[in-house]
Amino acid sequence: MAINTDIQETSPELERLKELYADKGFVVTSINNLINWARTGSLHWMTFGLACCAVEMMHVGTPRYDVERFGAAPRASPRHADVLIVAGTLTNKMASALRKAYDQMPEPRYVISMGSCANGGGYYHYSYSVVRGCDRIIPVDVYVPGCPPTAEGLLYGLLQLQKKIRREGNIKR
Amino acid sequence: MSKSIEVAKEAIKKNCNPIEISDDFNQLQITISADKILDVVDFIKNHEACEFRQITDIAGVDFPDRPKRFEVIYHFLSFRHNNRLRIKITISEDEIIPSITSIFPAANWFEREAFDMYGIQFKDHPDLRRILTDYGFEGHPLRKDFPLTGNVEIRYDEIDKKIIHEPVNLQQDFRSFDIQSPWEGTNYLKEEKKNNE
Repeated sequence: MAINTDIQETSPELERLKELYADKGFVVTSINNLINWARTGSLHWMTFGLACCAVEMMHVGTPRYDVERFGAAPRASPRHADVLIVAGTLTNKMASALRKAYDQMPEPRYVISMGSCANGGGYYHYSYSVVRGCDRIIPVDVYVPGCPPTAEGLLYGLLQLQKKIRREGNIKR
Repeated sequence: MSKSIEVAKEAIKKNCNPIEISDDFNQLQITISADKILDVVDFIKNHEACEFRQITDIAGVDFPDRPKRFEVIYHFLSFRHNNRLRIKITISEDEIIPSITSIFPAANWFEREAFDMYGIQFKDHPDLRRILTDYGFEGHPLRKDFPLTGNVEIRYDEIDKKIIHEPVNLQQDFRSFDIQSPWEGTNYLKEEKKNNE
């Protein structure tokens, strides 16, 4: 059987883009699309590891899952970050620190709540010392379920956040 | 039975005169009264038959039915003789127990934890304040009469722009999943089944 060695056909949009670029030497797009492209392509996350979820968050950054191929990189300071990943159990004592970190982030900022504990208290829902969901403290964009969620799960959450940013598609937040 | 345990047991029996002493499962355990703790700890740290030079932990236990409701349990380790020792003290809610930080500085945080969780007071402790619970926390959470969900919960207030404390208001009532085994199910299901038969 002969192996098909033909290069895969490019999509019609790309063909059109190629033609335009070859003909005129430039491409036209809207500023919204450009800004969204830049935003979704550089979602630097603030590492807020609170419990076992933090280990899965680390895996997302390592070469096997390699979230950096989506342009994201871990940041140790909230002032450098675009997205805050709340990874783990948020206790009452930690809540004010989380709020402080969130308040320091520059706009536009996004929050991913990772795991059952951050989503709604999870295993510690009835505890005297745990916040029943980190959305009581800060507004959340994407909830990732699981206990803990797999690294793929968090990666998918990040892609969903990109989708959300693209859908909202405005400069002002 | 290792010989060093026997030697240590005899020495403690002779010099500390404990209320109870046992060495079940090769684990020395003594019960003493609260006022003797400093003498006993000093003895078991320095006497050559014991040499319990490390404090492993200080635990509290709450027995609400007893007239003296709290037990304070000290765990020691002797590197020299490879032995462990447990000291038990029973105290009531309003009694004060001498701090052993003058002998074992490592006991500082253990005693703070016992104070935080049970409200056990330690006399002459250099810095007896809460160690684990939230700032401004009220009550002692490991006491049996402390409610599981506590008394306050927190949220961020958008108007005041700060985190506020409120009385607990559970959106989902507490459910106790007393599952005995995945095949037989919970206790109440078993009882229902029995009633139907």
